[in-house]
Amino acid sequence: MARTLPATDVVIIGLGWTGSILAQELTGAGLNVVAIERGPWRDTSTDFPTTYAQDELRYHIHHDLFLRPAQQTQTFRNNPSQTALPIRTWGSFMPPNGVGGGGVHWNGQTWRFLPSDFQLKTHLTQRYGAKFLPPDMTIQDWGVSYDDLEPYYDKFEYLCGTSGKAGNIKGQKQAGGNPFEGPRSRDYPTPPQKQPYAPTLFAQAATELGYSPFPQPSGNLSQAYTNPYGVKLGPCTFCGFCEWFGCGNYSKASPQTTILPALVRRSNFEARTECEVTRINLDDSGKRATGVTYVDASGEEWEQPAQLVLLCAFQLFNVHLLLLSGIGKPYDPSLGEGVIGRNYSYQVTSGVNAFFDDKNFNPFVASGAIGMVIDDFNGDNFDHGPQGFVGGGYIAAAQTNGRPILGTLTPKGTPKWGAAWKEAVAKNYLSSYSAATHGSCYSYRGAYLDLDPTYTDPLGRKLMRITFDFNQNELKMSQFLTDRLADIVQKMGPRQLEKSPRTGPYDISIYQTTHTCGGAIMGSDPKTSALNRYLQNWDVPNLFVMGASAFPQNAGYNPTGTVGALAYWAADAIINQYLKSPGPLVHV
Amino acid sequence: MCKRFARFALLAALACGWTAVPARAQDQPAADAASRGKYIATLGDCAACHTAPGGKPFAGGLVIETPFGNLVSANITPDPKAGIGGWSDDDFVRAMQRGIADDGTHLYPAMPYPAFTQVTRDDLLALKAYLATIEPVSDAVETNRLPFPFSIRAGMIAWNLLNFTPGEFKPDPAKSDDWNRGAYLVNGLGHCGTCHTPKNAMGGDKSGQNMAGAALQGWYAPPLHNDARTGLGTWSADDIVAYLKTGWGGGQAASGPMALVVADSTSQLSDADLNAMAVYLKDIAAPANAPPAPAPLAQGDPAMQSGLALYVANCAACHTQSGDGTAGIFPALAKSPVVQADNTATLLDVVLNGGHAVATDANPTAPGMPAFGWKLSDDQVAALLTYIRNDWGNAASAVSSGDVQKARTRPTAAN
Repeated sequence: MARTLPATDVVIIGLGWTGSILAQELTGAGLNVVAIERGPWRDTSTDFPTTYAQDELRYHIHHDLFLRPAQQTQTFRNNPSQTALPIRTWGSFMPPNGVGGGGVHWNGQTWRFLPSDFQLKTHLTQRYGAKFLPPDMTIQDWGVSYDDLEPYYDKFEYLCGTSGKAGNIKGQKQAGGNPFEGPRSRDYPTPPQKQPYAPTLFAQAATELGYSPFPQPSGNLSQAYTNPYGVKLGPCTFCGFCEWFGCGNYSKASPQTTILPALVRRSNFEARTECEVTRINLDDSGKRATGVTYVDASGEEWEQPAQLVLLCAFQLFNVHLLLLSGIGKPYDPSLGEGVIGRNYSYQVTSGVNAFFDDKNFNPFVASGAIGMVIDDFNGDNFDHGPQGFVGGGYIAAAQTNGRPILGTLTPKGTPKWGAAWKEAVAKNYLSSYSAATHGSCYSYRGAYLDLDPTYTDPLGRKLMRITFDFNQNELKMSQFLTDRLADIVQKMGPRQLEKSPRTGPYDISIYQTTHTCGGAIMGSDPKTSALNRYLQNWDVPNLFVMGASAFPQNAGYNPTGTVGALAYWAADAIINQYLKSPGPLVHV
Repeated sequence: MCKRFARFALLAALACGWTAVPARAQDQPAADAASRGKYIATLGDCAACHTAPGGKPFAGGLVIETPFGNLVSANITPDPKAGIGGWSDDDFVRAMQRGIADDGTHLYPAMPYPAFTQVTRDDLLALKAYLATIEPVSDAVETNRLPFPFSIRAGMIAWNLLNFTPGEFKPDPAKSDDWNRGAYLVNGLGHCGTCHTPKNAMGGDKSGQNMAGAALQGWYAPPLHNDARTGLGTWSADDIVAYLKTGWGGGQAASGPMALVVADSTSQLSDADLNAMAVYLKDIAAPANAPPAPAPLAQGDPAMQSGLALYVANCAACHTQSGDGTAGIFPALAKSPVVQADNTATLLDVVLNGGHAVATDANPTAPGMPAFGWKLSDDQVAALLTYIRNDWGNAASAVSSGDVQKARTRPTAAN
């Protein structure tokens, strides 16, 4: 039987990026905020200090910082003809756990979506006609525009100290930046990081082919920075232990390095860690959240009443909790009705490996978001008419690591162990290079989330089931992007080049990205979205749901920049509209 | 001062909720004595000893380690039995200025009356007025836990004769107002010398060595005179103000015991008072008869070479190859008085056990330095410290493996 705690103004579920942003904004507005986080407190100097954070076996292979599937997992199948089975070891994606969430161990690649991405359905239909789109594609407009979000993208980038070069300031193209990006109000807060050798060769080759390379925007800072909260970050020192690892150098933007030091000084903020929210509670009308129920580390159950509930967990867990709490109509793919679980999407990546005879790339000099990128084939930046698919992605020559266990490239056909393997590693370690494409993943009727009929978690609740496969559209796109990438890498003069476009079926066991999206999407129509344009739940106005679960489909970029911008956008709406007049902010 | 007027004024001040911080405490009218007193309590950092962690304000109970054994801080809430509620104004002034309690018994100088003797009666009575507003706590505290014979309070009579010169602060007419205010604060309420002035065998200040640096509780409180290598010689007055206000100044971060001083006291003082303290401190001359600085070890010395390799692998990511650190987040090692100190207690403690910079409103970052003691051997730590003490223009004695080994077993204050 849950014991009831004293009420608070705001309860925040999950203390990652969006939870920290919302907590900082709302405590700043004078509200009492309680954040409830399933995982442990994490702090730079005690949890990932430079003395041992760079441990590939512990963090990359044994998944030390991530959620344990035994605590919570999903079942997976490609399509309804299969029986979904539980994911017992993470592969394709790595769900975060603990304060800071994915912000602790991300690579720092910080992107804005394109203006056309936010009006995708309208834009593609206008340009190519409705018949050009696959019949089961369920893409939607977001309900917000790039112009709406621009000030909030700016706010997130200045929170982080993002290092980059603007390509478009107030409509004026800037040399050296991304000519395709939407207009920015000002340049990035810090200049781009220095680039290692391979990306500079890639940029030369790309330029020769007529493309427009620019430095990847990075959450690993190029120089020391003080953000608007007075919190300081140091410059990245290219240690090459970025994604999967916490940064001990105070140079990767995370809630720990940008918000928490200021937030924890506020007496109206409280964090409860190792407490799992099991349910968002509703009153008898079903239209008002009364707070949450959670279980603490000793198994005690508590009820935390609140006026406002903000669901700020990772995308998968947001959708799961909505389903478990009975909020919103669950999606039924056969009818095409319902909203919770609708429009699940992912990311479509691919790569090219290249082996050189005469180059030393020093692959260990690495950082999560350095690299030279071209955006010429992202979104609708090129004419899809002749191509027979929609969507696109950026093509990047990054250099994230040369780690000793998994960062050693060998040519296809090399044995996986033994003397021949060792010889190939020794020969190729310094002179091999891997570049990537990072493609969009649009939404389809048959890609969705729901509750599994069979499997349950340790608390007895149904696991969430993922039904997802790559559509032919995305596979065609990936082949195209991979070929364009190969064109550029070929110009760098390798001895040998291997293309690995994404192929189907979607394999849950090999790591691709953790960019799982959708399931609680934002939009203009309550019949086809869970949230309005302010990320406010259509059915329960005092519930807002942050994160990539709000994306109606995924664009050809990493999601975090847009996740951060939407959180600031929603915070603004809550403080300046909702608190002044609680209730639905959008009327249809 | 009329007691009834003071009580009325106190109520008026509380009713207004006024907590402004006056620049010159002694110039304020008595009408806001309790508010003045609150600022004076912040200046004196009374809570640092008299409020135990997790304890009620000013209820005492904090164990204070002295070279002679332990004492426990007193309950100074207005409780008439357990606290000082029954003390007259004269009782309070005599305790602070003479180290004598209301019943005539002697206080131990762990209660720094040798510094507070300089505080004016006016300021002390404002402080008393503030303490009278604190919630009374009736828990009695047994303060004297010293072993025999130190437990005999009358022993302080002789101690005072040898080590204590009573007397309120007398401004020096040849110095500026700021200098005098600074001297009053540093030597009086601030009681900086309690940690920063070296002590003789009796625990009294060594004469003629005001602010010359002292070892205590496993730390070394560096000199606050203006030696360029070991003191504040390379710091400007603005550096000192920044350090006290934000926790960062002169390339250094306040950590260990100074983190508490900054957090609880100096970060809340007025800019005028901080500047006055800086003006005074910048005027404390380096000792005339100090031994000359050692010549730095040659770069080719084997200790320097292995130290450099260790530095690049373990330290340079934050502290940089040039030893300059990064302002406000990674302290500078070049020109650092902590690094070059003759007494290496702090340096060894930070490297072996790690440390945390203070968080202030101005700079909430509070970065932590990880502990290296588990990772590096005695030889490695010795070489590393020898290296940082002798590159970038630094010059100081080498550190031996034996020094490191001793430091591992020495108990230290919390980081």
